[in-house]
Amino acid sequence: MSAAALRVALVGNPNCGKTALFNLLTGSRQKVANYAGATVERKEGRLLTPAGRSLQILDLPGAYSFDAASPDEVITRDICYGEHPEEPAPDLIVCVADATNLRLHLRFVLEVMRLQRPMLLALNMSDAAKKRGIHIDLPGLQRRLGIPVVETVAVHHNGATELLRQIDAQHLPPLPDTHAFGEDLHAEVRALLAATVQMPTRTARIDDAIDRVVLHPVAGLAILAVAMFLMFQAVFSWAQPLMDGIDVGVKWLGDVLTNALPEGVLRSLLRDGLFAGLGGVLVFLPQILILFFFILVLEESGYLPRAAFLLDRLMFKAGLTGRAFIPLLSSFACAIPGIMATRSIQDARDRLTTILVAPLMTCSARLPVYTLLIAAFIPQRSVLGIFNLQGVVLFALYFTGIASALAVATVIKRLRSDRSEHALLMELPSYRVPHLRDLAISLKERAMIFLKRVGGIILALTVLLWFLSSFPAPPAGFSGAAIDYSFAGRIGHLLQPLFAPIGFGWEICIALIPGLAAREVAVSALGTVYAMSGDGDALAAQLGSTIAQHWSLATALSLLAWYVFAPQCLSTLAVIRRETNSMKVVLIAAGYLFALAYGASFITYHTALWLGS
Amino acid sequence: MRLSDLPQNLAATVTAVEALGPADPIARRLRDLGFVQGEPIRVVAQGPVRRDPLLVQIGYTRFALRKTEAARVQVNPGPGSA
Ligand SMILES: Nc1nc2c(ncn2[C@@H]2O[C@H](COP(=O)(O)OP(=O)(O)O)[C@@H](O)[C@H]2O)c(=O)[nH]1
Repeated sequence: MSAAALRVALVGNPNCGKTALFNLLTGSRQKVANYAGATVERKEGRLLTPAGRSLQILDLPGAYSFDAASPDEVITRDICYGEHPEEPAPDLIVCVADATNLRLHLRFVLEVMRLQRPMLLALNMSDAAKKRGIHIDLPGLQRRLGIPVVETVAVHHNGATELLRQIDAQHLPPLPDTHAFGEDLHAEVRALLAATVQMPTRTARIDDAIDRVVLHPVAGLAILAVAMFLMFQAVFSWAQPLMDGIDVGVKWLGDVLTNALPEGVLRSLLRDGLFAGLGGVLVFLPQILILFFFILVLEESGYLPRAAFLLDRLMFKAGLTGRAFIPLLSSFACAIPGIMATRSIQDARDRLTTILVAPLMTCSARLPVYTLLIAAFIPQRSVLGIFNLQGVVLFALYFTGIASALAVATVIKRLRSDRSEHALLMELPSYRVPHLRDLAISLKERAMIFLKRVGGIILALTVLLWFLSSFPAPPAGFSGAAIDYSFAGRIGHLLQPLFAPIGFGWEICIALIPGLAAREVAVSALGTVYAMSGDGDALAAQLGSTIAQHWSLATALSLLAWYVFAPQCLSTLAVIRRETNSMKVVLIAAGYLFALAYGASFITYHTALWLGS
Repeated sequence: MRLSDLPQNLAATVTAVEALGPADPIARRLRDLGFVQGEPIRVVAQGPVRRDPLLVQIGYTRFALRKTEAARVQVNPGPGSA
């Protein structure tokens, strides 16, 4: 690209359709990264105008005001002011405003004009405005503001034609003239609106109608429950076959590709290290994509803030916010998309708390471990005539996760030094039909972020764990399982005194190490420790009867308690690292989870012993 | 009266936003969002638990406010001038 590309920044209130406009302008020529030292997303794209002008477009985070209230708004302010350490001030600001919500959006437009930089105003959603009978006197508005004003429809394929023509029309628009503005921008906005805009009704009738049902104290909660139920049904019924397919496919590929190699270290590295790691990364994709598909639809349609509205009071009591609900719910499938979804929480403090408690939600990877132990140790007995004891135990495990998440959030709220009130102050935007292109682009973005930033870490850790469990190889006469002789085995034996007080034998200690790659791996690792071969259900059945003989009930219960809390999943820690950009948070999360796990297992083990099992 | 005490669906007008303390970012933000004197305002919905948060219509926009936030906004029942 030529160095002379015009640097254009898109600026506007949240929900003005800025992202859609950015997608329309730049299509797939986008680069998503983070601003240095911040967790705020930096989106840049390239574009050649019809007249052949090369543009470099920066999509700045949505902001209501330059009096910044969130890290997002700080970035936007600094860049617009030309005070950002790495990002030069843009050559041209394209201020985007929602034509159906000018009372709010024009105030920020005036604030941007005060910067005295070349700018133009894009009145987006002009299709929706026309539909609602809103009439805007474009020439009049342009004259009063003294900057070019164009209409855009970010969801039509030629909805930005006018905007591009305006950019091509002159080298740069003249600097805005703001000396006539009074101090009170609200008064200016009212005067502008009175002179140039006719609006038959204040709100869209359809929004009123939908909100009456969706926000109804009873019907609203019922709708939310149904929506979440459907989302989970979809995740579990669609993702599981895909995950199994990826599992089998990658294993097969690894076998085929390494078939030519002689049995040995290199082959094992490729097959059990590299390909296993690759499978370990890809296997998350179905859940991430399906969950995010639903989350994005909910977000784009405008429903997500409604859900947050309904649940805010409950979540707030625990030191969270209504917006934390969807990320935490997603964490029941997997903490990785859950933690990635916390991006919709603008408040940095609320977001951090949500990230810290998300691993406590019982993710689906814990299920194989729970199932194995419950089937082996908990009898199939009915409780109170209607419940199955195994089911009751499983429910108790899920419930403990939720209860402890709320408890931990409350403790975090008590402990933090910053006691200031953080506002909800959330806009509930108009309902919109989600646009497929925008969904596809966002979905691809999530997948790439996961693969690029988290995938590498998971892959590296899997190879490391492979190394620990394969080396050194046992000498010829060694009678136990090979893993017993390896570094992992030695670490397991070393750790054993640490875990003896919670009832773990060395077999469990060893299995915990490869189990760090993913929780469910612990099952097959136990199989390896007990020198069993086989796969899936057959292994589980065989393993179940073995551990039922070897372990006490107290040990089994203690291991169950361990899995409710333990930071047994390095991928989760990797995604926390990526989403918070802070090793400190990772250490805090791992530390407190470990402490909780140890404490819970200790209490469980000794209570069970004391009760005589 | 305070916005947090305004009955649902009763038209009112904002008279002032009161800051709690010398630097109250929430009060400043409320003003930026259009909670300024003379603006017509209405509570259109209330949360299911203890009627918190409130859904408030101001200008052409709807905002969800917790009661503590809404308590900063002084309103006058009855249609306004703007
Ligand atoms: N009808 C219509 N809908 C739009 C337009 N621009 C954006 N939208 C929709 O408005 C919603 C919010 O847009 P988005 O770009 O995510 O807003 P942002 O918060 O400013 O990034 C999405 O559902 C978009 O599909 C438009 O010009 N017309």
